[in-house]
Amino acid sequence: MTPASTTPGVAAPPETTTLRGKDLLGIADLSPAEISLVLDTAEAMKEIASRPIKKVPALRGKTVVNLFFEPSTRTRTSFEIAEKRLSADTLNLAIASSSVAKGETLADTALTLEAMRPDMIVLRHSSSGAGHLLSRICRSAIINAGDGMHEHPTQALLDAFTIRERKGRIAGLKVAIVGDLLHSRVLRSNLHLLTKLGAEAWICGPPTLIPPDVARFGVRATSRVEEAVDGADVIMLLRIQLERMQGAYFPSLREYFNVFGMTRARVRLAKPDAIVMHPGPMNRGVEIASEVADGPDSVILEQVANGVAVRMAVLYLLAGGAEHEEAA
Amino acid sequence: MDADRIGRALTRIAHEIVERNKSVDGLAFVGIRTRGDHLARRLAAAVNGITGGNVPRGALDITLYRDDLMRTAVGPQPLVRRTDIPFSIDDRAILLVDDVLYTGRTIRAALDALIDFGRPRSIQLVVLVDRGHRELPIKADYVGKNIPTSAAESVQVRVQESDGCDEVVLQQESAR
Repeated sequence: MTPASTTPGVAAPPETTTLRGKDLLGIADLSPAEISLVLDTAEAMKEIASRPIKKVPALRGKTVVNLFFEPSTRTRTSFEIAEKRLSADTLNLAIASSSVAKGETLADTALTLEAMRPDMIVLRHSSSGAGHLLSRICRSAIINAGDGMHEHPTQALLDAFTIRERKGRIAGLKVAIVGDLLHSRVLRSNLHLLTKLGAEAWICGPPTLIPPDVARFGVRATSRVEEAVDGADVIMLLRIQLERMQGAYFPSLREYFNVFGMTRARVRLAKPDAIVMHPGPMNRGVEIASEVADGPDSVILEQVANGVAVRMAVLYLLAGGAEHEEAA
Repeated sequence: MDADRIGRALTRIAHEIVERNKSVDGLAFVGIRTRGDHLARRLAAAVNGITGGNVPRGALDITLYRDDLMRTAVGPQPLVRRTDIPFSIDDRAILLVDDVLYTGRTIRAALDALIDFGRPRSIQLVVLVDRGHRELPIKADYVGKNIPTSAAESVQVRVQESDGCDEVVLQQESAR
């Protein structure tokens, strides 16, 4: 095969073929071209799930540590399947069985793992910025799988992948995000991504749950759910995170559902072909009615399937790049 | 090679394929992305034109099977494109199509990738240009043109679909 030569004019080459950083800590660090690269690569990765042998040798001999300091089923499983489909060796470190329970700090845990020479660490931690700490002290590529209330970049990427697959584009779409905005790292990553790719994002929730700093994203905030979903192309729901709520943000779950819960009547206010998304796990009867979660507009299970493809893309793109910074 | 000679080479290969495979039932083209895919499309059309059959066609991206993946410490990861084989390859005679046969490493990767999709009855290799310098024991069944080259040269195949014109040119590898 000849080296990839391209003549201008016909098939436009992608703007970039590489991620600049050694890590994926947040969408904030990515350029629109890098986001498109991840989504394009994920499109190729998605096909692998339909093969009889769902495995390619790309990451053979690479070791990936899944370091999860917070309970997670779908993100951890999704990463693990993605790693295995790329033939990486995976190691799952669950918090309960590790020496953190014996008082070890995050940095010491990471350095101990580093000494065993993994190639990548997938990190989930309850403290915002945990990935940045590891990024500074580790040679391995760090993938942020959710840090506190900061970012959850692979979730935003799989949301964008799902929107792009369904709508053909992201720019110009009205995306209404309804739910627990204050505690949501998914929201933060999605706002970075949607604004970078030119979507019109609306956020909606009780005034007590609207983060004070959203103005910097230039998004529209409202506490009237009807206004948020009116004419929307995408309705994205966020889980009410009771485990992170220490104050009284709203009177009761029932009242929340009455005012903000996504019912079929409210979905009808959006465009006829609007899609309904939820990063999971869902609280049925709180942020979403069962008739909507299981309804024809719901793409919630597609999001799960796409999550594997997007994580394969991120793993693949970062796997070759650990030496980038020294070389550049 | 200009567009006319490329066209004639493909027509001749199509006839050879029909001649060597007694029936086109059970045949299928798989082109290696990206230029092998375009050549496979034309060959399939030519074979269908000769026989009136309808030979299926798929596209294979071998990036994730490359033997130099993760070995080059510097530089970007090669771009992954979508593999699209919309039929079962089990018990089919696969015609694997690429533009240039050189070291044979791409074909090795393609064979590994294909085997992950099933168990074909046979795999035959079709290339537009064989430029020599094999590093693996791989040989083409159908060759458009043998072009003796030195390792310092590069063979550029351009096809209408991705490059805007049909031509094969021999270039001195520019010192980078």
